[in-house]
Amino acid sequence: MTTVPLAPPRRLLEFTLDDTPVRVPEGATILDACRAAGKDVPTLCHGDTLTPKNACRVCVVEVEGARTLAPACSRLAEPGMVVRTDTERTRHSRKVVLELLASSVDLSTTPRAAEWIKGYGAEPDRFGPEARRLGEEPRVDNDLYVRDYDKCILCYKCVDACGDQWQNSFAISVTGRGFDARIAVEHDGPLTESACVYCGNCIEVCPTGALSFKREFDMRADGSWDEEAQTETTTVCAYCGVGCNLTLHVQDNEIVKVTSPHDNPVTHGNLCIKGRFGFQHVQNRV
Amino acid sequence: MTNTRKRDRGPKSYTRLTHPLVRDEKGGPLRPASWDEALERAAAGFRAARGAFGMFSCARATNEMNYVAQKFARVVMGTNDVDSCNRTCHAPSVAGLSAVFGSGGGTSSYEEIEHTDVIVMWGSNARFAHPIFFQHVLKGIRNGARMYAVDPRRTSTAEWAEGWLGLDVGTDIPLAHAIGREIIHEGLYNRAFVERATSGFEEYRALVEPWTLTAASKVTGVPAAAIRELAHAFARAERAQLCWTLGITEHHNGTDNVRALINLALLTGHVGRYGSGVQPLRGQNNVQGGGDMGAIPNRLPGFQDILDAEVREKFESFWGVDIQPRYGRTLTEMFEAMESGELRAVYCIGENPAQSEADSGQAMERLAMLDCLVVQDIFLTRTAEFADVVLPATAAWCETEGTTTNSERRVQRVRRAVLPPGEAREDIDIICELARRLGHEEWKYADSETVWNELRALSPDHWGMTYDRLEEHQGIQWPCPDLERLEPSFLHGRLWERDPHLLGRRAPFGIVRHDPPVDLTDEEYPIRLTTGRRLDSYNTGVQSGSFASPLRRGEFVELCPEDAERYGVAVGQRVRVTSRRGSVVAPVWVDPALRPGLAFMTMHFPDEVDTNQLTIEANCPIAGTAEFKASAIRIERVAGVADDGSALR
Ligand code: SF4
Ligand code: SF4
Ligand code: FES
Repeated sequence: MTTVPLAPPRRLLEFTLDDTPVRVPEGATILDACRAAGKDVPTLCHGDTLTPKNACRVCVVEVEGARTLAPACSRLAEPGMVVRTDTERTRHSRKVVLELLASSVDLSTTPRAAEWIKGYGAEPDRFGPEARRLGEEPRVDNDLYVRDYDKCILCYKCVDACGDQWQNSFAISVTGRGFDARIAVEHDGPLTESACVYCGNCIEVCPTGALSFKREFDMRADGSWDEEAQTETTTVCAYCGVGCNLTLHVQDNEIVKVTSPHDNPVTHGNLCIKGRFGFQHVQNRV
Repeated sequence: MTNTRKRDRGPKSYTRLTHPLVRDEKGGPLRPASWDEALERAAAGFRAARGAFGMFSCARATNEMNYVAQKFARVVMGTNDVDSCNRTCHAPSVAGLSAVFGSGGGTSSYEEIEHTDVIVMWGSNARFAHPIFFQHVLKGIRNGARMYAVDPRRTSTAEWAEGWLGLDVGTDIPLAHAIGREIIHEGLYNRAFVERATSGFEEYRALVEPWTLTAASKVTGVPAAAIRELAHAFARAERAQLCWTLGITEHHNGTDNVRALINLALLTGHVGRYGSGVQPLRGQNNVQGGGDMGAIPNRLPGFQDILDAEVREKFESFWGVDIQPRYGRTLTEMFEAMESGELRAVYCIGENPAQSEADSGQAMERLAMLDCLVVQDIFLTRTAEFADVVLPATAAWCETEGTTTNSERRVQRVRRAVLPPGEAREDIDIICELARRLGHEEWKYADSETVWNELRALSPDHWGMTYDRLEEHQGIQWPCPDLERLEPSFLHGRLWERDPHLLGRRAPFGIVRHDPPVDLTDEEYPIRLTTGRRLDSYNTGVQSGSFASPLRRGEFVELCPEDAERYGVAVGQRVRVTSRRGSVVAPVWVDPALRPGLAFMTMHFPDEVDTNQLTIEANCPIAGTAEFKASAIRIERVAGVADDGSALR
C-alpha cells in the first residue's frame, strides 16, 4: 500500500501572451507565464514566497475585454485570455507609478529602479523635487539591522514575512493611514525593545533596501560595498540539525551577507538569527 | 571552582587557529610547530598507544570527514572505539528508533508536518532550538492542525499550543503510559495496525494498566483532564506527528523515554504514512550524518550493524583489513577507560568534551591522564588546552566541500565559500597524512566526491545520491538506493503491507518502566534544575559567541516569581547555586514560564558560569547519554558580592 499523496499532475492551460500562444500549469499567474516566456515585467511588492498584496501596481498588464489594467503578479492565467504586456496603456501606467514612487521615496538602493525609470521615461521631478520625502535619518539602534524609512514604498512584504505568513513574531506592522502610513515596531520605539528576534526574514524580502543588514549599510556608507566583486555560494548552516541552506555572499574572502534560496524545501528563504548572523566566528582570523 | 571573570555583554570571541601547536612536556606550554613536526608527534603518540586508542569524531563536520575518521579508527588503528558528541544529545533517539524500526532516522519530513492534524511537541522548545523547523509547525497550525506541548516549562513553543502539559522533570514515562492506557481503555487504538504490524501489545497493555489518569496526574503534576484530552486528540487524529528533542533524550533513561513515546505511535498507527510519524530533532548540523557514516561504536557506514557477519565481510574485503566483531566503546565508556588506563591516546576532531560533558570537572581530569591527546579544531578550545598536539582545521560548513545530513534525513551539499586562515588544512587531508605516517601509503583522496563515492559503494541507502543528483534536487533524503527513483518522504510504509513478507519485522512495543531522576530533590537540595538553549546561542558558545546579538544577555539562573520572592532575590542579584557536585555563582532572572521548585540554566556561557559543574554524570545505560535535564540544587544569597563577582576571589 502506498499512501504517498501523489499530487495530481497539474493541467496545462493555454492563452495568448503578446500575440503568442503560451501554455502554463493551472494556478500560474500571468507573471509566472511572462517569466517562463522570458519577458521582463517590473515588480516591486511581489514576493516569490509571499501572498500577493497588489500594493505597487508597477507590474500591470492589459487583459483584452477588461476595463482596468491587471496586476500580473496576482492575476491567475485563464484559458483563452489575451494578454498584452507592452502597450501604450501599460507603459503609461508604469511610468506614472514609478514617477509617484520615485518622487516620494529614495529608490537609490532598489535594484533596477534607475533602469526602469529611464526605460519608461518617468520624470519624478514633475511633482517638484523630492515632493513627499519623510526626510528621516536611518535608524541604527542595534548591531544587526538598519531601518531607513526614506526608502520604504509601503509594500507590506516585511509585515507579512514577520507576521502570519512566515515568522509569526509580529514585531512590525503598519501604523497611521494615507500619507502618514508607515512601517514601525510597537510604539515606534527601537528594535531592541520590540518583539524582533533578528531572523532577518524581513530584510530578505524588502525590495528597496529600506531594511538592510548593518554590515551592508556600513559598507555602502564607506564605499566598499561591491556587489560585482562578490561570490554567492550555497552551503548548509553549521548550527542546529534543521539543515537550512545558506547562501554566503563573500567579498574579499569575508562573508558580508547571508541569504537563503527562496525555493529551498527546508527554508523557503527564511533563516533564524544563528544561520543569518552566526558566521563571524570563522573569520576571527586574528 | 567559582568563575570570577568579569561579566561582559560584548561578543565573546575565540581566534582561529592558524598553525599547528605542540607541547614538549606535560604541564608545559603549547608552542608553534611545523606541520611536519606536529604530524610526526601525533603519529608517534598513536603508534605507541595501539590497542589503547580512541577517536572522537565530529557531529559538525561533513559526512565525508566522518567516513574517513571512522575508517581511520577501524583500518589504521584497528578499533571500533569511535564516537561523537551525539552521545550527549541524541543517541537515545537512534537507539530507540533502531530497536523498534531497525533504522535510526526520524520517520517523516518537515513538509509533512504542514499537512497533519495533530502535532505533539514533547520536551522540545523548537521555537528557540529549531526555529525554521518550527516555521513548518506554524504552517501546520495555520492549516488547521492542533498542537500540544509537553514540557516542564511553558516555553515559547507552548505559547502556540492548544494545550500545555507542564509535567515534572523526569516523569515522561508515566505520562506516556497514562496516555497509552487511556487510548486502550477508550478503545481508540488502531486494532488492525497493532495486530498486524506490532509485537508485545499484551505485555504493553499490562505495563500501562496501573497508570490511570489519577495515578499519572499525581506523579507528573499534569491534570487528568489534560492527559485525557491529549490522548483522545492524538488517537482520533487522521494523521499525527510526534516530535521530541533533548527534553526526552538527556536523561539517565533517555532511550526508555524514546521507547515510551514510540509506543504511542505504534498504538495509534501514526507511523509509516504521509503526515503520520515520529520526528526527533537533532541538536547539531550533522548528528544524523555522523551516525549514518559509522562514526559510532556499533555501526559501520550506512548504519550497518558490526555484529552482522555479512556486513563485516563486505567492508573487510573493500578495506583489506579485519574488523573486530564487537561493539567499541561509547564516548562515556572511553572517558571511563581513560581513568583505568585502558585508553591512552585520543584523536579528538572538532569536539569540546572538556566543556560539553556533564560533570566537566571530571572530564578535564580524565583528559589530563592521557599519554597523547591530539586535538584538531578551528579554535583553541578548552579541550585543546589539554592537548599534546593541536592541528588547525578548516570550518567544515564554509571552507570545505562535502555533505551533511539533517533531521529529516536529507543529505545536502556543503560548499567552500571562503579560504581558511593561515596554515589551516582540511580534516580529511590531515587524517590521510596521519594514516600515511602510520603505514597506509594508499590513503589519498582526490576530493570529497571521491570519498562520497566510496561510501556510496558501501552503503545501499546512499547509493542513489550522486553529487549531481544532490545538486539537482537540493538534497535527497535517505534511503535512496536507486539512481533514478526517489523514495517517499516518510519511512516504514512497509508496516502497512498486508503481505507478511513485505511487512517484514514487526515493530515491538517498548516495555519500559518509570525511573525517576537519579539526583533526587530533598531538604538540602530542594530545587529541580533543568537546562536548555536560548534562541541566539548554541552549545558552549564557541561558535555563537562571536556575533553581536542584541538578544544575548549572558548566563542567569532563572526562577519563577514565587521562588524569587521566597528566596528574597531580584533580577540581576547574584546567588550561589549548589548541587551535590559543584557550586557556581550566577545572577538571577525571573521567568513566569517556570513553576515553583523548577530552575533553568543554559550551557552557553561556560567561561562565565560553568553550568556543567552542577549537572550529574548519570548515564543512560543503553545510549550513554547524560542526565543534563535533571539536577537537584539549592540557591543561597551571597552577601557582599559585587556585580562582577570580584569579592569572591
Ligand atoms: S520596509 Fe521594505 S519590505 Fe517593509 S514595507 Fe517598506 S519597502 Fe516593503
Ligand atoms: S538557520 Fe537556524 S533553524 Fe536553520 S539550521 Fe541554522 S540554526 Fe537551525
Ligand atoms: S508587483 Fe504586482 S502589484 Fe506590485
